Amino acid sequence: MTPTLTSFLAVSAALFCTGLLAALSRRHAIFILIGIELMLAAANLNFVAFWRFGPEPQQITGVMVAIFSIAIAAAEAAVGLALVIAVYRHYRTTSVDKLDQLKG
Amino acid sequence: MTPWIVANLWLIPAVPLAVSLVILSLANSRRKGAAALAIAGQVAALALAIAAFVATLQAPNCPPHNFTWFTFGENAVRIGWVLDPLAAVMLVMITLVSLCIFIFSVGYMATDKSFTRFFAYLSFFSAAMLGVVIANSLLLLFVCWELVGLASYLLIGFWIHKPSAAAAAKKAFITTRVGDLGFFLGMLWLYGKSGTLLFYDNGHGCIENAALLSLGASATSIALLIFSGAVGKSGQFPLHVWLPDAMEGPTPVSALIHAATMVAAGVFLVARVYPLFSLGAIAGVTPSLTVVVWIGVTTALMSALIALAQADVKRILAYSTVSQLGLMMVSLGVGGVAAGIMHLIAHGFFKALLFLGAGSVIHGCHEEQDIRKMGGLRGLMPLTFLTYSVGMMALSGVPLFFSGAWTKEEILHATAQWPASRVPHGLMLAGVVLTALYMTRQMIYVFFGPRRAASARAHESPPVMSMPLIVLAICAIGFSVVLTPAWPWLFAYLSGEHVKFDLSRLIQPMLFLSLALVAAGIALGIAIYHKAGETDPLEQMQPALFRFLQNRMWLDEFYDRTVIIFSWTAARVSDWLDRYFWDGLVRAFAGIGQLFGALTTSLDEHGINAGVDEATANTRGLGSLISAKHSGQIQTYLGAVALGMLALLILYAWLT
Repeated sequence: MTPTLTSFLAVSAALFCTGLLAALSRRHAIFILIGIELMLAAANLNFVAFWRFGPEPQQITGVMVAIFSIAIAAAEAAVGLALVIAVYRHYRTTSVDKLDQLKG
Repeated sequence: MTPWIVANLWLIPAVPLAVSLVILSLANSRRKGAAALAIAGQVAALALAIAAFVATLQAPNCPPHNFTWFTFGENAVRIGWVLDPLAAVMLVMITLVSLCIFIFSVGYMATDKSFTRFFAYLSFFSAAMLGVVIANSLLLLFVCWELVGLASYLLIGFWIHKPSAAAAAKKAFITTRVGDLGFFLGMLWLYGKSGTLLFYDNGHGCIENAALLSLGASATSIALLIFSGAVGKSGQFPLHVWLPDAMEGPTPVSALIHAATMVAAGVFLVARVYPLFSLGAIAGVTPSLTVVVWIGVTTALMSALIALAQADVKRILAYSTVSQLGLMMVSLGVGGVAAGIMHLIAHGFFKALLFLGAGSVIHGCHEEQDIRKMGGLRGLMPLTFLTYSVGMMALSGVPLFFSGAWTKEEILHATAQWPASRVPHGLMLAGVVLTALYMTRQMIYVFFGPRRAASARAHESPPVMSMPLIVLAICAIGFSVVLTPAWPWLFAYLSGEHVKFDLSRLIQPMLFLSLALVAAGIALGIAIYHKAGETDPLEQMQPALFRFLQNRMWLDEFYDRTVIIFSWTAARVSDWLDRYFWDGLVRAFAGIGQLFGALTTSLDEHGINAGVDEATANTRGLGSLISAKHSGQIQTYLGAVALGMLALLILYAWLT
């Protein structure tokens, strides 16, 4: 059975939903970051899948976008972790429930 | 070629004025400096005055020196100074008497705290008085006249810590101000009529013929108004009440102001503007001069009687001064201007002598002024006794050697020749007796008889005080040389005639008449008072009359009940009007303003402000509703984003 575009997209959607669930339900900041990474991975998978089943698979455009995106995700993860550490140092906690200073 | 001094006559008052300002700036402790400066200034003024006097001997009618003070519109106010025999003798008399009094003050005020201030005031007073004398403009004379008034106020109230002195100073100032008001009105009227206030101005002055003719009938009123100023300053009835009270000042002040110089200003003023008084005279009688005569007669006789019942050594002299000034006024009124001025000069010397003698007595008796507590001072204070006797005899008019006798005789002559009435002459003769009587009384009480409480520890005054007494005594005697009818030099000098020596004129009925009267007065005095005890013999004989005189004929009380009550009531009424009527009006207006303010405030508060409040309340409600949704929880926000995304997707799917 040859995989089709639909099966890739289904995997990607499942991955995205898993990531969203993690980001919404976990209370620990690190797990929220992991959830975001999962959603990014879902997006990358979409890029690659659309490229592979697109009209011009000879040119490696989709892979290039995915590589850029992964690089940016790495940078974003670094910034996110640094933020988490800074928050922890300041508040002595990483539970996002306690961080509600923007409450109106 | 006019002498240098004529053009620079202003120096005479300017020197004491400058000295006074310098002394005022000295520290309180520079006592010697202040006294030396004041005396030096007075010596300089005396020297200048003598120079001026000598100048008039050579040229009696120096041209006046006038200049423009300021201009307004087309008019110019011109002032200036004039040197004539009248001014010259006054200058010499004032500076000489002042000098003696300044020197006397060094001793008398030796222990006073405000020694320097005293000399500053004395110099200031002297400057103002000299200004009155040299003025050739009624305006300048008035300015200096008021400065004299100010100086007298400062000096009478010199011991400001004494309430009686402060009251006396106020009384003197206000009483003379009543007269000055008339003077001022007269001056304005004169200016309105004649257009100038200069006395002499080459024929255009206000007391020269051209201007006098334009005055016409108003001359009498103007003269009487100006005379009211003289009445105030010279202590004439009915404004004499301030003069005896002015004895609250230090004794040198009494001598300087209330005997020798200041009170002379009134007499001098009348003599200066005499042409105004004598305008249109019929046989030497004008209505204004008649008023002068009767006021003078009333004053002279009344105060001589009051002097008879006073116990304060200075008050007796004060009333005697009032009486003598009345005599001078009579003399001026009956036409004897020269005689009046001669008596003024002579009186200046011997009255200053008497006052300084009284000061010496008071000083010696440790500030006791009641003559009934003195007595027997003859042996204790021989120098004071001798000089005082000279003054007493000069004042009483003992003939031949004492200056007062000759001048008084001239006045009696003048009154005898007055065509209007013989009454003043008779009353003046009675005045001579009274003068001799009250002076004898004072002499007996102070210097003769047993020693009483105050004289037990009396002592003679130091030389700095007795020297001026001797100088003044010599003046009081020596001055008579130029007064005798045999060689009436001063009379001729003042009236611009030539003098001839004629011994035969010495013997005349009037001389014997006045000799008899004075002798009668003194004899009567000795008869009544030679055994006088603590109670006055007159009081034993006529208690009612004595009380009447002792209380100064109740004139002060009369003024208290009339003028002063009236003035008080007027003040009360004005006060009430101010407080309740005018103030009420102002308050009513303020009330209207406040009401308006309250109205706009409430409109603001409840109208405009409430509307705005309502609008903001809605906005705030909305705001709080929305802000309640902001939980601050990052996951809520993320969830919202996810829901929104989902909604968009569903919308997209539904649309395609």
